[in-house]
Amino acid sequence: MNVFAHIGRVFLKFLEETGRLAVFTLDAVTDTIRPPVYWSLILRQMMRIGYFSLPVVGLTAFFTGGVLALQIYNGASRYGAETFVPVVVLVGITRELGPVIAGLMVAGRVAAAIAAEIGTMRVTEQIDALTTLATNPVKYLVVPRLVAAVISMPILVAIADSIGVFGGYVASTQALGFNGPIYLNNTMNGVTYDDVSSGLIKAAVFGFIIALMGCYNGFHSKGGAQGVGAATTNAVVSASILVLAANYILTSVIFSHG
Amino acid sequence: MAEISIPKVELKGVKKRFGAKVVLDGLDLTLGRGESLVVIGGSGTGKSVMIKCVLGILKPDAGQVFVDGKEVTHLRGRARDEMLKKFSMLFQGAALFDSLTVWENVAFGLIQGRGMGRARARDIAVEKLAKVGLGAEVAQLSPAELSGGMQKRVGLARAIAADPEIIFFDEPTTGLDPIMADVINDLIVDTVRDVGCSALSITHDMVSARKISNRIAMLYRGKIIWQGPTADIDHTGNPYVDQFIHGRAEGPIKMEVRK
Repeated sequence: MNVFAHIGRVFLKFLEETGRLAVFTLDAVTDTIRPPVYWSLILRQMMRIGYFSLPVVGLTAFFTGGVLALQIYNGASRYGAETFVPVVVLVGITRELGPVIAGLMVAGRVAAAIAAEIGTMRVTEQIDALTTLATNPVKYLVVPRLVAAVISMPILVAIADSIGVFGGYVASTQALGFNGPIYLNNTMNGVTYDDVSSGLIKAAVFGFIIALMGCYNGFHSKGGAQGVGAATTNAVVSASILVLAANYILTSVIFSHG
Repeated sequence: MAEISIPKVELKGVKKRFGAKVVLDGLDLTLGRGESLVVIGGSGTGKSVMIKCVLGILKPDAGQVFVDGKEVTHLRGRARDEMLKKFSMLFQGAALFDSLTVWENVAFGLIQGRGMGRARARDIAVEKLAKVGLGAEVAQLSPAELSGGMQKRVGLARAIAADPEIIFFDEPTTGLDPIMADVINDLIVDTVRDVGCSALSITHDMVSARKISNRIAMLYRGKIIWQGPTADIDHTGNPYVDQFIHGRAEGPIKMEVRK
């Protein structure tokens, strides 16, 4: 009896939350299209979301590319297929690891920061104050972050792709004895338009998810410091999970035609 | 002449509940033109919820809200933005934007809400700061560098910056020492008179309520149980009002203590 009541409550809570998120997303998207556009706020958010994420994303991409080369070499050498290392590193980085690693790093860094900032504004009534100053809070706070994340993430991932491939190159030439020019030549011959573009499309979707989760959780935080803390945690956890789930869906959609 | 009889703000039978807790239970209240109305009532009686229902931050479950005779209960989008331009509010915790300087806070409604140029908005901000007794040297500071009383004053300057028609004051004196509270009371009286707007305040500070109002209404259990001119507050014959204004623990109002 009690168990069913509990399951029912959890299910209702889930439906309520889903509905609220859907309405919030719809509001945010329609407000993006409606003028005015706050260009200076978008630029400032691009600095915070994109530019300041470069060091951490670059470093993780570098080491990921390196370790990828080491492991692929390990597997490929069992079949005498070492010459495939450059192209497999390239495919792995551009299609999957570049966007996913960048997505997870930015989810941790940016979703948390957004949720904490907007959550604090919520509990100190700054969001209500925006309303009384004839400013739409969704337009002023959410839209610039969403737009900035959707623009910044593909740029960030393009850079992460290059650094990741470079990491593979460094590991292959320094630790595995590959010839530098030949490695680069194999990489450049192997790269296709789809490899890179699929990763960049993913990146834009991840950017949307990350900013949306940060804003949504911050916007609906309640209580004091504890509420903001919970909102921050929820933002990071939900953004990370949704990035990974979206990655699977996007991969199966993008590559379903061969 | 018909203009004058239309109230600035009117609430009709407004109901709002959160889960099982009924906060507003058919609230009727009118705010006349140029009037300063104070709504008194204990903590948690729904005073803030009432204001948020007028602004549309919360949607009432039932009932209607009128501004200048037009129903605004379910306004959305641009129509709501236009309606909100008539309002401003001084928040309990001042609610200043901590990422902006003092003058940017004061000028916020002018720059973001009304698209005014920064240079001109800054001049107006400094002028409004002077009205609340703050010098131009404060303009460049960040809100975190100010004391609570100064933050309240900046909040007041921000509330009057765009020459609103209606100002809401949410617990304007809470958390201030008695002298600073009186300074804020004087500022409210002066600014409301100078700007010529209507004011709706919510408070449980009776000293403040007597000073800034020309009419008082008491909210209890989601309804207005008494209203009348400020001068009548001491002989209402209403035991609830009597208990509240004298701050007695004994009386018809029982503090709700959870069992």
